[in-house]
Amino acid sequence: MVKVALIGAGKMGISHLSILGAHPSVEIAGVCDTSKMVIDVLKNYSGYNCYTDYIKMVDETKPDAVIVAVPTKFHFKMVKELLNRNIHVFTEKPFCLNPTESQELTELARQKGVVNQVGYHNKFVGTFKEVKKLVKGGFLGEITHFLGEAYGPVVIKKKSDTWRSDPNEGGGCLMDYASHVIDLINDIVAPINNCKGSILKSIYSKSVDDSVYALVSIESGVSGVISVNWSDETYRKMSTSVTIIGTEGKIVSDANELKVYFRTKNYPEGYSKGWNVKYVTELADEVNFYLRGEEYSSQIDHFIKSVQGQVNNTINTFESAWKTDQSIHLIKEQSLA
Amino acid sequence: MERIIFGDNQFFAVNHISDEKSRAQSIKFKDDAAIIKTLDIAREAGVNTFMCTTHDRIANICNIIRNNPEKYHDFKIYPCMPYAHKYANAVTDLGIAGTLKQYVPGNFLGSMFKGGMAYLSKDYLSIMELLIDAEMKMFNGINTPVIFLQNVITDLLLGLGMTDFLVAFAKYIEKKYNAEAGFITMNLPKLLNELEKGGIKNPIICASINKANFRMSGGKELYEKTISEGRCRLIAMQVLGGGAIPAPEALEYVSNLPNVESILFGASSRQNIENTVQTIKYHDFKKEEQLAIA
Repeated sequence: MVKVALIGAGKMGISHLSILGAHPSVEIAGVCDTSKMVIDVLKNYSGYNCYTDYIKMVDETKPDAVIVAVPTKFHFKMVKELLNRNIHVFTEKPFCLNPTESQELTELARQKGVVNQVGYHNKFVGTFKEVKKLVKGGFLGEITHFLGEAYGPVVIKKKSDTWRSDPNEGGGCLMDYASHVIDLINDIVAPINNCKGSILKSIYSKSVDDSVYALVSIESGVSGVISVNWSDETYRKMSTSVTIIGTEGKIVSDANELKVYFRTKNYPEGYSKGWNVKYVTELADEVNFYLRGEEYSSQIDHFIKSVQGQVNNTINTFESAWKTDQSIHLIKEQSLA
Repeated sequence: MERIIFGDNQFFAVNHISDEKSRAQSIKFKDDAAIIKTLDIAREAGVNTFMCTTHDRIANICNIIRNNPEKYHDFKIYPCMPYAHKYANAVTDLGIAGTLKQYVPGNFLGSMFKGGMAYLSKDYLSIMELLIDAEMKMFNGINTPVIFLQNVITDLLLGLGMTDFLVAFAKYIEKKYNAEAGFITMNLPKLLNELEKGGIKNPIICASINKANFRMSGGKELYEKTISEGRCRLIAMQVLGGGAIPAPEALEYVSNLPNVESILFGASSRQNIENTVQTIKYHDFKKEEQLAIA
């Protein structure tokens, strides 16, 4: 059994906790949150050891691994404390407020030799995994351009401030929403390392961006566009998509549906020349427990199996999230230029 | 429960395989009249139970049903609560405590928070009861013989080991609404075990059951074994596997499973509604015929 503790029982934290609670190889060592009510319910109804001080929790319960699901501004300090205690860490996205912090944690995790993962769950979505396979397999030929998009109804009216509306706490559409798209592009194509122009626009929020539009490129010079807007109520929930254009074909994919066009006979098995459509129903991994989407269970399962040494800790590592933080930083800097 | 139950995903742009289709549905069902028209087609095809989420727009549909008592005299609704996105968005915005403050009616919570009084276990169950009442308001005067807890909540509580809330939900639904409680889940085998441990025998469970092994946690084999044991009253949903299998094949599979009391499906067009109903009836008839011969 892997002893796992959770810091931060908010929306993501509670969801992780439920998935962990149902995982056959996990024992919940403890839960830490600042809300007395949340702690009270978890203590009384789930029977977990609950804390309001995370240091006290890890020192007393001695977990093998910890899930960090608190606002981004606390990631650096908390993850560092955990790494220094040789604890395996899964932290929510975005990784840190700036790439300098991410780099330090990446190096520390490497030094300590502990498992490290960040919650970019799209990498566990069946369609996006397939997109990566097709791109890395060279079936689109030479990539010429990409488009990464995400739209959804997070901020659709002027309203009270929360940590999500504070740029110093990791709030805003770029950090919170666009980070998913940037991370996905970085993984499928290559890390975005140049930003030629970007606009961070507020629509309803007072102090943060509600939309992000950027013209970017990767090291080889391949260009791309990032277009993200979390103030679009025509979407029922977050919809993330990627379009990848190559000399031999083109992919348009979201989390449900992958459409791919092959120009020539150089297509992989199970596909044909011209348009092909695949659905997540045939690409999703079977999971032992489902809550909100297979990908949430798969990412936790991957983390637990990495801790157990059953799989290699290669997906969503601190290093990949650090690169994503660098790309985010470039886009932010360019918007101020 | 009736053999065939009509669902509501198509009305609210819920489509598990295509964002494009979901947008088309959103456009098609923009007006309540379009929803009512489709419900009437389903009724004409012999489907008199509508299983729907407690979405704001359902309140309008309920008004129309209440205002036409003769037309809808034998029409039943199975409410499924809560409409999760409403709460999910609120939690993102206000946090868990803030969301409760916003949605729990009356001063109950206000005084709890302000007074800093000790929280008692029964308080949380009372909060749940108040939330149920708030969700049920729109169905006042409508026949709702089965009331469901949505899978995102059922499964969240299941993972957290909070079976007490599931049991309390069932008891309250029975006591207050003189109805049966149902549970929607993506984790049928695990849920059934936990409900039985909590003392609930032969519960009504609505689960994803299809030939494609889609959203059947633990796998199709475990599901088929659990279903064959006949320990619960089952409604099969997502029978088309999110569109992964052709409808005739999908319906043949689910119609012939033992112990599946009802089949839930949603469709937008008259043709799809009529075809689905006829196909299920055809397989049921064939099954009965075979049984008679045997």
